[in-house]
Amino acid sequence: MIAAPRLRRVRLNEQDWRNVRTALPFIAPWIIGFLAFTVYPIVYSLYLSFTHYSGFGDATAAGLANYQHMAKDPLFWQSLNNTLYYTALAVPIGVVVAIALALMMNQNVREVAIYRAAFYLPSIIPLFALTFIFIVLLNPGFGFVDFVLGLFNIPAVNWLGDARWTRLSVVLLAQLGAGGPALIFLAGLRAVPTELYESAVLDGAGPFRRFYKITLPLISPVILFDLIYGTILGIQIFTPAFVLTGGTSGGGAYTAGPENSLLFYVYYLYKNAFQYSDMGYASAMAWVLFVISVVLALAIMRSSRYWVHYEAS
Amino acid sequence: MAVAPKIREAPPLAIARRPSPRPWRGVSFPKTLGARLGLIVAALLFLLPFYWMANSALKNLQELSAFPPTLWPHVPAFENFVRAVTYIPFGTFLLNSVILTTGVTIGSAISNPLIAYGFSRIKWPGRDFVFGIVLASIFLPFPVLIVALFDIFAKLHWIDTFLPIIVPAFFGNPFFIFLMRQFFMGLPSEISEQARIDGANEFQVFLRIIMPLAKPAVAVVIIFAAVQAWGEFLAPLLYLQDESKYPLSIGLQFYRQEHHASYNLLMAASTLIVLPVVALFLAFQRFFIEGITVGAVKG
Repeated sequence: MIAAPRLRRVRLNEQDWRNVRTALPFIAPWIIGFLAFTVYPIVYSLYLSFTHYSGFGDATAAGLANYQHMAKDPLFWQSLNNTLYYTALAVPIGVVVAIALALMMNQNVREVAIYRAAFYLPSIIPLFALTFIFIVLLNPGFGFVDFVLGLFNIPAVNWLGDARWTRLSVVLLAQLGAGGPALIFLAGLRAVPTELYESAVLDGAGPFRRFYKITLPLISPVILFDLIYGTILGIQIFTPAFVLTGGTSGGGAYTAGPENSLLFYVYYLYKNAFQYSDMGYASAMAWVLFVISVVLALAIMRSSRYWVHYEAS
Repeated sequence: MAVAPKIREAPPLAIARRPSPRPWRGVSFPKTLGARLGLIVAALLFLLPFYWMANSALKNLQELSAFPPTLWPHVPAFENFVRAVTYIPFGTFLLNSVILTTGVTIGSAISNPLIAYGFSRIKWPGRDFVFGIVLASIFLPFPVLIVALFDIFAKLHWIDTFLPIIVPAFFGNPFFIFLMRQFFMGLPSEISEQARIDGANEFQVFLRIIMPLAKPAVAVVIIFAAVQAWGEFLAPLLYLQDESKYPLSIGLQFYRQEHHASYNLLMAASTLIVLPVVALFLAFQRFFIEGITVGAVKG
């Protein structure tokens, strides 16, 4: 997957060794933590994915059974579909929203600090709390959102009770996190040399042309980062779905939202591991998620050569 | 320390503070007006959840379920806050949240500067390659690890303790390592050289020379770690099963346990949870904004 780095045989001199010895105590916590809490769990779950394991007693060999079961498991495919649907909407919309906010903040507006604070604040509020607020805001009976839609004669939407709208509600919720990326884009916009715009104006380029020909190429590396990071976060979506569907306190609720529309990948993984005690199957799902995340990140990275502008240096 | 006591001013972590070129300087008034209108509408949308939370927290159930919804509480029910903290064991959950947040924050404040120092102020062969692994691990989805981690922690008998959440913080977080490293790289190397010549060992250089300069960066790490730990959901959900160990994030589910959910109490409790974060933000806004834009220009 990841191209193996070519390790040249380097002859280390005494000074090099001394530096390694000096640095080692500093980075030792990371090395230990990385091995114990990242590398080992990944390897261990690969092993578990080839077993039947309930979390108690011993794991018994299962060969490829978990992966074969996955291929035929309609809920697995639905959870994957739900997650990709959510990610494919939430991430690009998020980039557009963040750029739009950044562009507006980059205008010569004196009270920009107020907007900066307003946009950023929701992104540091605990996600579970924001989800609770959304339950009240989107309530079909007394919610503010349907009330506002009603003012414009738009028929009320059962945001959280109608399978067609539940995932979109989570996409909407995710947009409240746009403030962080917006600040990053704003920093990118401010790094664009003013002369570029000035000479473009002299050449008679209008605002849209300036945006398309100057701004967009120059912030494209930031877009790339945001797309990759957003996608990796997107496929992990869990908390809003869990909170919206009542999670463990739902008692006899078998579905995750109407028609399982909020059964996201990680939610289904969680259910398998901790509600159905099928750790083997959940481990197989974890590994598939790992592969999906690497493939998606590499795919976006690959695509970047066609649209990301790197300054010739 | 005889070395470089003059350096008070922190080196540029501050992208936000730099006077910024404004490409549209001198534009006509209507243009700013358009942007301003857009900004105001967007800001209202982003602040709406906060207002609606407070608004709903102060309504009685009857008013809360009325349609059309009242835009402010006509009969303010301040007793909701009292009921909210007695309806569930709020004090216990709060204490657990505070312990978890404190533990994670202390761990982050100690480990990340130390690790970042080893990746920035000392040149060793292979350093940048290994740091590449640190960066790559930012993109590893945490849920990939949860099954195995749970099993590992279960075998250590760490389930229903705070250890699975607090202990990893003492081993660094790739994003925070990156953040601290960016800061350390910006410090001139002469200040370390001088101390080394004076006979200080590397740890003394770190602790006595570099760390006093790094206070703003450590503050950013502390603030981010605290906010993150305060809102953490998945990890406590996995590792804490005994109700008496729940933090607020998990404990809040209890408001919806019965047939009728007490959304006004839920909103009151949410207000109490959100308030410290808002206060922290208002007090340390500059650190938040600097933290988020570190390395931003590099893309």
